[in-house]
Amino acid sequence: MKHRAVLVLAGLSCALAVAIALTVAAAGSAGTAEPSSPAAVKPPPVLGANAIKAKYGGQSITFVGDAAVGNSHVRDQNLVAQFSKQTGIKVKLVPHPSSGTDAYQQLARNFSSHSSSIDVMMLDVIWPGAFAPYLVNLKPALGQQAKLHAAGIVLNDTVNGKLVAMPWFGDFGILYYRKDLLKKYGYSSPPTTWAQLGAMSKKIQDGEKASNPNFYGFVYQGNSYEGLTCDSLEWLASSGGGQFIDGGKVTINNPKAAAILNLQRSWVGNIVPQAVTTYQEEDARNAFDSGNAAFMRNWPYAYSASKGTPVDGKFGVTTLPHSGKSPSVGTVGGWQLGISKYSKHVGAATEFVRWMTGPAVERYDAIFNSNVPTIPAVATIPAVVKTNPYLIPSIAKVTRVTRPARYLGTHYAQGSQAIYQGINQILNGKSAQSVLPGIATQLNQLVKK
Amino acid sequence: MTETVVAEHKTKVQPRPVSWRRAARKSPAWRAVKRIAFYLLVAAIFVYALFPFYWVIRSAFTPESDLFITPIKWIPQHPTLQNFRYVLETKDFQEALINSTIVALSVTVIALTLGAFASYALGRIKFRGRSLLMYLMLSMTIFPQIAILGALYTMITNFHVYNSLKALILTYMILVIPLTVWVLTSFMRALPRDLEEAAYVDGASPFQTFWRVILPLVAPALVTTGMLAFIASWNEFLFALSFTETPDKHTVPVAITSFTTGRGGTFQYPWGEVMAATLIVTVPLIALTLILQRRIVAGLTAGAVKG
Amino acid sequence: MTTAEATARPRRSRRRRRSGLQRKQTRLAWLLVAPALLIVAFVAFYPLGRTVYQSFTNEQFLALEPTKWVGLDNYHRLIHDTAFRHAVWVTVKFTLITVSFEFVLGLIIALVVNSSFKGRGVMRAVMLVPWAIPTVVSAQMWRWMYDQIFGPINDAGVRLHILSHNVAWIADPSTALWAVCAVDIWKTAPFVALLLLAGLQVIPHDLYEAADVDGASKLSQFWRITLPLLKPAILVALIFRTLDALRVFDIFYVFFGSRPDTQTMSILAQNTIVTTGDVGYGAAISVAIFLIVGLFVVIYTTFLRVQEQ
Repeated sequence: MKHRAVLVLAGLSCALAVAIALTVAAAGSAGTAEPSSPAAVKPPPVLGANAIKAKYGGQSITFVGDAAVGNSHVRDQNLVAQFSKQTGIKVKLVPHPSSGTDAYQQLARNFSSHSSSIDVMMLDVIWPGAFAPYLVNLKPALGQQAKLHAAGIVLNDTVNGKLVAMPWFGDFGILYYRKDLLKKYGYSSPPTTWAQLGAMSKKIQDGEKASNPNFYGFVYQGNSYEGLTCDSLEWLASSGGGQFIDGGKVTINNPKAAAILNLQRSWVGNIVPQAVTTYQEEDARNAFDSGNAAFMRNWPYAYSASKGTPVDGKFGVTTLPHSGKSPSVGTVGGWQLGISKYSKHVGAATEFVRWMTGPAVERYDAIFNSNVPTIPAVATIPAVVKTNPYLIPSIAKVTRVTRPARYLGTHYAQGSQAIYQGINQILNGKSAQSVLPGIATQLNQLVKK
Repeated sequence: MTETVVAEHKTKVQPRPVSWRRAARKSPAWRAVKRIAFYLLVAAIFVYALFPFYWVIRSAFTPESDLFITPIKWIPQHPTLQNFRYVLETKDFQEALINSTIVALSVTVIALTLGAFASYALGRIKFRGRSLLMYLMLSMTIFPQIAILGALYTMITNFHVYNSLKALILTYMILVIPLTVWVLTSFMRALPRDLEEAAYVDGASPFQTFWRVILPLVAPALVTTGMLAFIASWNEFLFALSFTETPDKHTVPVAITSFTTGRGGTFQYPWGEVMAATLIVTVPLIALTLILQRRIVAGLTAGAVKG
Repeated sequence: MTTAEATARPRRSRRRRRSGLQRKQTRLAWLLVAPALLIVAFVAFYPLGRTVYQSFTNEQFLALEPTKWVGLDNYHRLIHDTAFRHAVWVTVKFTLITVSFEFVLGLIIALVVNSSFKGRGVMRAVMLVPWAIPTVVSAQMWRWMYDQIFGPINDAGVRLHILSHNVAWIADPSTALWAVCAVDIWKTAPFVALLLLAGLQVIPHDLYEAADVDGASKLSQFWRITLPLLKPAILVALIFRTLDALRVFDIFYVFFGSRPDTQTMSILAQNTIVTTGDVGYGAAISVAIFLIVGLFVVIYTTFLRVQEQ
């Protein structure tokens, strides 16, 4: 008996050793994942590289970039290598933690300890307000270049007159729909109003449920987390309900907002699965990609992620619906680049940011990594649209709305939590009129601080 | 010595008159029923412990694109080794395996050694402040990790051990030592009183008593506590994430959460690879237990014979 | 020396010798405890001290103004905080449910594995599987298992005609808490089982043999021999399980995020410190958690007083 156990262990270790040996042998050539887009795209040259080299060559800066594994990381590595090679500025790439909260905390700890170990960092679109006191004002050096970028995002990155971050790439919410199901049930085009979305969902779901009891009309991100703030902002802003805080005033408690929220509440458990109150991006995508939903609200990433799934080739994208006279909108998600005011190499860092947020690198990002450019002109380049079909003008021109991070500053996370906790409760059955006043009170207290 | 223990307990058990119940109990039919019921229970426990693990295995061998399709396939239609290949090829994961092993082994060895000494004192020597010490040690582990995270981070950076395995080994002490001390103390206490006196009579020094008499008797507890300490260090996440910065210092839980499917999506959760990694990480632990579980029995029989 | 010789000596010198031995033993005891105590104290002292200190201040996470001492303000606020009271209730409910089920299940598993039968060795390894799966994976995996569309639990339930349709176990407030309890029980019953098993194995076999000879039934043996001798292991298992249950975080966070109706004390503390950035108040919550856990420990040790043999 004793021997048997030893044999088992020996066998297992052999198997594991062989596996590791084989893969390590192959590892040299394999590397990490292959890029999903044409590897023919190369990082663009740095304009004025020689002048930069003369001024800042030999300095070292640290750049906190995208998460450690995957194509985004490869993109970062390629860009950093190109910049270092051309300008002689050594850029050290440090990937940030994959969870948003952890990445935020890493930066927060760095700033509150006044550390100079980070020079340039990726900032989520909702962080400039919180980190503004610790970031360099980029307006003097990059204000001209900022004019190239989408106005809404630049406004988001301007806190108290200071441009504290430059937009780098920016998602926005879009509506995915099943072309084949629309055709099957006699609809010639996707819905343009929320009411139409509801009606179409009901008809399609009633028809499909017979053969697929798990089919639902509409899925989105309804969990009690930041994503719900994004989704609900779209509902409100596209129905005349405001944008939570408008012009510094808390406006969330208004009748149109209540109306659209109550409409969404009525759908949960009917044309929207009850589990939607636990759904994040991937849950909604899995439901849609497996053929169990007719409509989905999600970020552009889901477009290429849906390749190879059962709905590949059967779906299309369009802007989200609206109600009445309000326009269709998409909430901005995405990343900016900022420079720490404790950095010892602000000049070199500024040149790095200038290059990274210029049209050439945004084009590279869009083609290599399917990142949505924040410079509208780049979004019209044919090669970019080819890789990112949701950038056709009718969708790319949608009104972008941003979450009220500028008004809440360091209290944004708390304010957003008040919003998404409250709206999650509405989706779970409470009436909007009973919840909105509470959210408004909390937001009012935070805006004052 | 065992006779005195047995004698003490004998008085607590009342003798019963032989009855028809006992006769019935001895019948072969009843014994067969009991046996079937017992094995049913064993099977139930087996299923209970393993059915989610079956889901892990099934998913690890399923290609990424087949994971979220309906209707659900309980057996993969196109089994693949792709997920394992990806995981094992990732340099980060290989390093993470090594890091986790180093940290978990170090913590276990240190915690067991210090715990054994401390528990010997706390369990077998009567001295003032004994209970207070026990509760003091326990109280240091009660605070929620998030509350002490910030302060620990400051300490770690001040000692210049940020982004190193030393930081993890150090901070895991708060989590693991109170556990080892408490578990081992309760087992030390459970041993009969007169063991030391018998040893002293034979002329043994305190250390020899500890090493040759007491320690072998609590061997099962040492193995158990060692396993618990190892698994606790192996699975710890929050400190491992907060006190390391670069991927080459990641431990397994952190490495698992930083997988992506390489398609540029920050939202995508690579279930296939996570499941494969879970298998790779759990199977050796199980194998280790299969080996060690003989040690538990061996330690016990040795002790009983010594009497 | 034998008791006979000892009683022959005069009482005074016996007391002196005993106190001399006692002093030596006490010194030895402190020497043995010192390393463990020092390491834990060294690592824990500053963080714990700082947390307690912070609870008396109004410190913020990314503060621009200096921190002020506010005395008992945070605690005053805590007592009137309905969110905190609800969190305590959720956590205590969770703790009571999971610890009792884990204890019963753990005991059953330990008893089964303790008996000799074929495959017992494999069983001892298998029973550890739930505990060995990394926590970061476990919670996510169970979220998948409970999924309304893709979850195998719904699938199996509907196929076996136990369920009429797929249930949203996590979203539905009426099933949410039980879903989460089931996962925790599954995961940590092995921990309890392992501790109780080790406890079972140090009970000498001769006790059972003697009881058999005396004609005691198996049930009576269990009640009068096993349980009392298992008390130390039970106490340790209960204390540590309760400790962990009262501080539960991961599984609730992965399942529910920051849904207000399922917030546990630790999630509330985390939210307060990280999301709200109110470090002082979060520290006060942590101290409150500490006191509540301490209360449970005191209750256990009083009711399960473990005497010296």
